[in-house]
Amino acid sequence: MTTREKILAAVLQNQSPKNPLPDISQFKGYKENAVKTYMETFDSIGGKAFLVEDMNATKTLIRENFDITQRMVTTLPELEDIANLISPTVDPHTFQDVEVAIIQAHLAVAENGAVWLTEQVMGHRILPYICQHLAVVVEANSIVPTLHEAYAQIGEGQYGFGGFIGGPSKTADIEQALVLGAHGPITMTVFVIQPLPISDNLTT
Amino acid sequence: MTVGLFIPCYVNQLYPQAAIATLELLQKLNVDVVYPSKQTCCGQPMANSGFEHLTQKCNDLFIENFASFDYIVAPSASCVLHVKDHLHAPENEQLAVSVRSKVYELVEFLTDILKVEKLNARFPHKVGIHQSCHGLRGLHLAQMSELNAAPFSKPAHLLHMVQDLELVSLERPDECCGFGGTFCIAEEAVSVKMGKDRVNDHIKNGAEYITSPDLSCLMHMEGILHRKRSKVKVVHIAQILNSTR
Amino acid sequence: MKPNGTKDHAALAEDFIKDEERVNWHDGSLWWIRQKRDKAAKNIPEWEELREAASQIKSNVISNLHEYLLQFEANLQKNGITVHWADSAQEHNEIVYSILKAKGFTEMVKSKSMLTEECQLNEYLAERGIDVINSDLGEYIQQIDNEPPSHIVLPCIHKRKEEIGELFHEHLGTEKGLSDPTLLTRVARKHLRNIFMTRRAALTGVNFAVAETGEYVVCTNEGNADMGAHLSEVQIASMGIEKIIPQKKHLGVFLRLLARSATGQPITIYSSHFKKPRKGQEMHMILVDAGRSRQLGRADFRDSLKCIKCGACMNTCPVYRKSGGLSYHNTISGPIGAILAPNLDMKRHADLPFASTLCGSCSNVCPVKINIHDQLYKWRQEIVKEGYAANTKALGMKAMSWTLSSPGSYTAAGKAGRWVLKNIPIAINNKLNPWYKGRDMPDGPKESFSEWYEKNKDDKS
Repeated sequence: MTTREKILAAVLQNQSPKNPLPDISQFKGYKENAVKTYMETFDSIGGKAFLVEDMNATKTLIRENFDITQRMVTTLPELEDIANLISPTVDPHTFQDVEVAIIQAHLAVAENGAVWLTEQVMGHRILPYICQHLAVVVEANSIVPTLHEAYAQIGEGQYGFGGFIGGPSKTADIEQALVLGAHGPITMTVFVIQPLPISDNLTT
Repeated sequence: MTVGLFIPCYVNQLYPQAAIATLELLQKLNVDVVYPSKQTCCGQPMANSGFEHLTQKCNDLFIENFASFDYIVAPSASCVLHVKDHLHAPENEQLAVSVRSKVYELVEFLTDILKVEKLNARFPHKVGIHQSCHGLRGLHLAQMSELNAAPFSKPAHLLHMVQDLELVSLERPDECCGFGGTFCIAEEAVSVKMGKDRVNDHIKNGAEYITSPDLSCLMHMEGILHRKRSKVKVVHIAQILNSTR
Repeated sequence: MKPNGTKDHAALAEDFIKDEERVNWHDGSLWWIRQKRDKAAKNIPEWEELREAASQIKSNVISNLHEYLLQFEANLQKNGITVHWADSAQEHNEIVYSILKAKGFTEMVKSKSMLTEECQLNEYLAERGIDVINSDLGEYIQQIDNEPPSHIVLPCIHKRKEEIGELFHEHLGTEKGLSDPTLLTRVARKHLRNIFMTRRAALTGVNFAVAETGEYVVCTNEGNADMGAHLSEVQIASMGIEKIIPQKKHLGVFLRLLARSATGQPITIYSSHFKKPRKGQEMHMILVDAGRSRQLGRADFRDSLKCIKCGACMNTCPVYRKSGGLSYHNTISGPIGAILAPNLDMKRHADLPFASTLCGSCSNVCPVKINIHDQLYKWRQEIVKEGYAANTKALGMKAMSWTLSSPGSYTAAGKAGRWVLKNIPIAINNKLNPWYKGRDMPDGPKESFSEWYEKNKDDKS
């Protein structure tokens, strides 16, 4: 008998009488105020969130908030003039001196401040973890209230790796003193892109 | 309605005044109370030490003493919880179920069965409530701080009816005092440290008395208060509710 | 590891409590986390319903584990992950060693994994010439101090920053007296970044394994699991077989509960979903039983396998807060450790279920609603029945004195009264009685209630 067979046989013999799965469809949040809630939550977990109207505004803020003389990388062609577009085929170790990485998230979660990124938008799996500062762009209308809506949207997902990231890397292992930047990014900034409503444009 | 008065062994021997107050209070509220004289111990000290299998004779005796009453009332949350959770009668489990269903701790009997809304009592002191864990989490005498649920407190509800009594608020309103039955001996160091921290919360917040629906917790805290020569006293909640001074 | 000798929980706790200032600080730190947990829980109106759902999902898992394991295995393989099965800690360690040996690697970086602590993987690999570095900051600190973690989420919560500064001075060459947490963390960051850059193998634990998709989720705040995994050529995950959840959507329930219960955060900073190896990378999954299927067969205790290792029961436990995690002499300490450990070795851990007042706070904070305090009570019965009670000195001597006098002597009130006086701990008027070390005994009343009642009953009825 192999170990596998032995374990499976023991489990089969010892598992409890069948219990049904609960219905979890009642768990959902409210879409109203999702952007505002997101911004507040993200600030409360040590991040910095900006509400911007487009990519140009984002670019201006990046110039103002980061040392762009250092190595800046991105996966967004729109930002090519301030950061280098990365190639997914290079050795991950070459990103060790990245100062700022700018990537776009699929969605963000209002209730916990996290953004969802798959390796496709990361460019490389290591990038959002190894950079000194992480900047993420997210469309306002892709902010969902809770994780339940997030997983409903993600579905099975065509990715080899994906992750929620909710703020700068942190630790409180030494006397519960909060320190940002344990191993990963020391700061995380999110640019929530919310185009001005058309009606506003007409009235002004 | 006839109530069988269940006075746990250590209360009988060490805190008769709490038992007397329980009896008098129930009688003031026009309850017919009988104290079956052959009662002893509910068996909890043994059961909590892992010897539940030796408690059948305690169970049999408890059933023999109390099965005939409409209700069974005791001034000790811990003993009541033990009976509710662990009283069995292999020969006649129906009888055990019936006994378990009618045993009440004094506070819950006053609030849930008698539905007391007025008391003729006066206790002009600052009082801190010690929530006995068995009373709180076992019998749900008050809302538990861990849960996301509406607050309530049966002991506080009753104490609010007492004239001139001021309740003090605590930093940790429902932390365990560290008595824990045989734990108080087996884990002496932890037990004493927990007790010290618990009484200090009451002292810091100005309590003159610490009260509780559980005398075992109070006995432990009294031992600590006395050792540190504190003026703060312990008093069973029955004695406050029965007080007219 | 520093030897704990043969001391039981009570004796180790007594040692810890001697430094009262440290105990007060330790107790306060953990209570603060408990308060953060309460605040986070109270921010979610459906909190109690979420706990109930999580508990039911885990009940479903422990009733279908066989099917889910098969499904998970098939999906892992479909995703290109090599699956291994280990029946014991030894077998687990052998598998890790064989993977590294095949590659000729002599170094590995590891993120936090209580399972590999339980298996004593680092020690096993060290004996075979393989150097392992723990990358979680707290675990790294514990590793350089040659001490096991004292808490599953906060491994060095019992250490003062000055002690950590001293360790860094000795091992990382920081200046003597440096104890600022930010500066110490920066030093560790620099040192461990170098480790991440040079290690070709990385091992992580697993928080949740999704049967439906074959992916597994690793949660950290530091990002250390990701730093190790994404820079590695060989990525190994070790998980206890109970970590399975049925469907991906269930992650929504568990991830909402986990960090809020653990530290009061709305979610851990990193919740990484590993599904397939990177191009050119190898991924291995080791499915470990090591006593779990045995616990599954114990009807009273199988719910302990629902645990998602948030540590909330430790933070709320007054005994844990006053006695420190190392006093439990087991990888998993605190209330949950005390119900898991006797399954692994009942004789060695016979003292742990007694290291509790059964206050019940643990069961109330548990995000998957494990009836922890009820299981502690039930383990006490098992341990006594199996004859291990005498192994714990405290219990053997002291608790027995309550019980040796058989309840059979309860035939008359008088006799029983004497039994109580003879056996109730505070009534034993003897300076050797531990009651007196820190407490006085009540002033004995002139008469018992029963004596008073006998005299007064006619006026009273």
